[in-house]
Amino acid sequence: MSAVTDARVTTPADARKAGNWLLTATAIVLSVWVLLPIYLLIVNALSSPGEVTAFPKRFLPSFDLGSLSFFINFAGVARALWNSVLVATLTMILAIGFGAPAGYALSRFDFPGKGTFRFLVLMTRAFPLPLLALPLAVMFIRTGLDDTAIGLALVHTTLALPFAVLITFSLFSGIPVELEEAAWTLGCTRWQAFRKVILPLALPGIAASAVFAFTISWNEVFAAAVLTIENRTLTAFLLQSLGESPLYLKFAGGAALVVPALIFIFAVRKYLFAMWGIANR
Amino acid sequence: MHGKALPYLLLMPATLFLCIFFLYPFALVAFEAVTRDGAFTLDNFRTMAGSWKFPVTVRNTLLLAAIVVPIQLVMALLMASVVSRLETGRSAALYVFAIPLGISDLAAGLIWLAIFDQSGFLNTLLSSLGIVERPVMFLGYQSKLTIFIAVALAEIWRATAIMMVILVAGMGLIPKEYYEAAEVFGASPWQRFVRVTLPLLRPSLQTAIILRVILAFEVFAVVAALGGTNLPVLMGETYNWQFTLQDRNVAAASALLILAISIGFTLFFLRVLRVPKEARI
Repeated sequence: MSAVTDARVTTPADARKAGNWLLTATAIVLSVWVLLPIYLLIVNALSSPGEVTAFPKRFLPSFDLGSLSFFINFAGVARALWNSVLVATLTMILAIGFGAPAGYALSRFDFPGKGTFRFLVLMTRAFPLPLLALPLAVMFIRTGLDDTAIGLALVHTTLALPFAVLITFSLFSGIPVELEEAAWTLGCTRWQAFRKVILPLALPGIAASAVFAFTISWNEVFAAAVLTIENRTLTAFLLQSLGESPLYLKFAGGAALVVPALIFIFAVRKYLFAMWGIANR
Repeated sequence: MHGKALPYLLLMPATLFLCIFFLYPFALVAFEAVTRDGAFTLDNFRTMAGSWKFPVTVRNTLLLAAIVVPIQLVMALLMASVVSRLETGRSAALYVFAIPLGISDLAAGLIWLAIFDQSGFLNTLLSSLGIVERPVMFLGYQSKLTIFIAVALAEIWRATAIMMVILVAGMGLIPKEYYEAAEVFGASPWQRFVRVTLPLLRPSLQTAIILRVILAFEVFAVVAALGGTNLPVLMGETYNWQFTLQDRNVAAASALLILAISIGFTLFFLRVLRVPKEARI
């Protein structure tokens, strides 16, 4: 472990100083490990197609938009982008629409069957969920949901719903029930109390988990590739054209996937613990 | 509102959804795996296991998990220790370390393709340092080892963040008094880490490892982006059975195998890292 100070250093002050220095150095090294590969992808995306395939490479971008404009104008890309946004938006709505009421119920009531429901939700975490797209492909053909945005969004919702339930559960649990009870004594109905007292308090957290659901769908590859043919999402499009597409198309596409993800993670950074830390307990 | 029915009403949408899109397809995939044209058979498994690619596919997937997960565990512990000790720049470090959390596995594959490609950044660096004379083909069909290393690096880069966030949340739950007591008794930082942090972190370690191992068996798009068909893995072969070879039943058998391995490992880690009720914080 890096954060360990050297035992031979004698005075506590020296030890602390050495420890702090080592800590900062480790933090910087780890940050470079995370950021450098992303930077290199961005360099490629901001270079002309000729520069991307040339050798040796420059480590600074030339800010040539050739690769990006080739990518945007490539047949099918604009549509794939639109499909990705559409599917992710639907996933977000479904996951919060189904998940938030369940999270609220888990946080406010004690009732028989509560344990079973929690178990069902937690169980989804032990399964490679994208695989379930395989049997669903047949069911979707029968019901006319094949190759539609809503069909794929339903599968992505199975990925996002457990998160939505557990995150909203921890959000609502963090809001004292006394606030709600006070509203009731002042004459609010249960719904009014929820809407006027609880919802405003929980809204930023709910928004964050909505963004999170969006990101899960935006990034998903396997189910998207299995379930869409004409209406491919960006990930499915990129996966299926890996074999034949030129390098600069791949890198521009990769950047198109990464940049929104960076913004999403930045937007929900305050809630990352609630998302993963608490949701996994 | 009638108090008794309300929680069930709130849980209903999520429960129905999980039954239709989680339990039902799960039953369906199991059914498809053991039948062919409506009759019970184990032929699908025989066909799957009889393919010449099968042994190397299983070996690649398990080997990748066996190498990647322990390295990630160490790195995640390192990152989590750094984040929880930093006094300035704590939230910035946390955000940077968490960035890969939002990045698609396909995008991660493309990011590392920018580095390992023949005209990529690694070759540029090596040739400018005079280590190689001409660019090396790292990802060709003859260089299985370098493909494996590239995939392993991309996986380590991409999915350490998930473990890190869970462990940071877990470390936050350990009472400060434990560390103070250990310090009073003269425990070095390393001893504090081994004797206090690690044992008390066990529930979080368990969750982090289980989640990560399951994801490791799902590795797909990273491999597709970096190795194509040169490094067959289970999820990729499942995809192949479904699309290239158009055999739904064998694909289902393959999916069931991944599910079985995932469940097997989940149970294993639940048992090995079991936390007795009275030892929880």
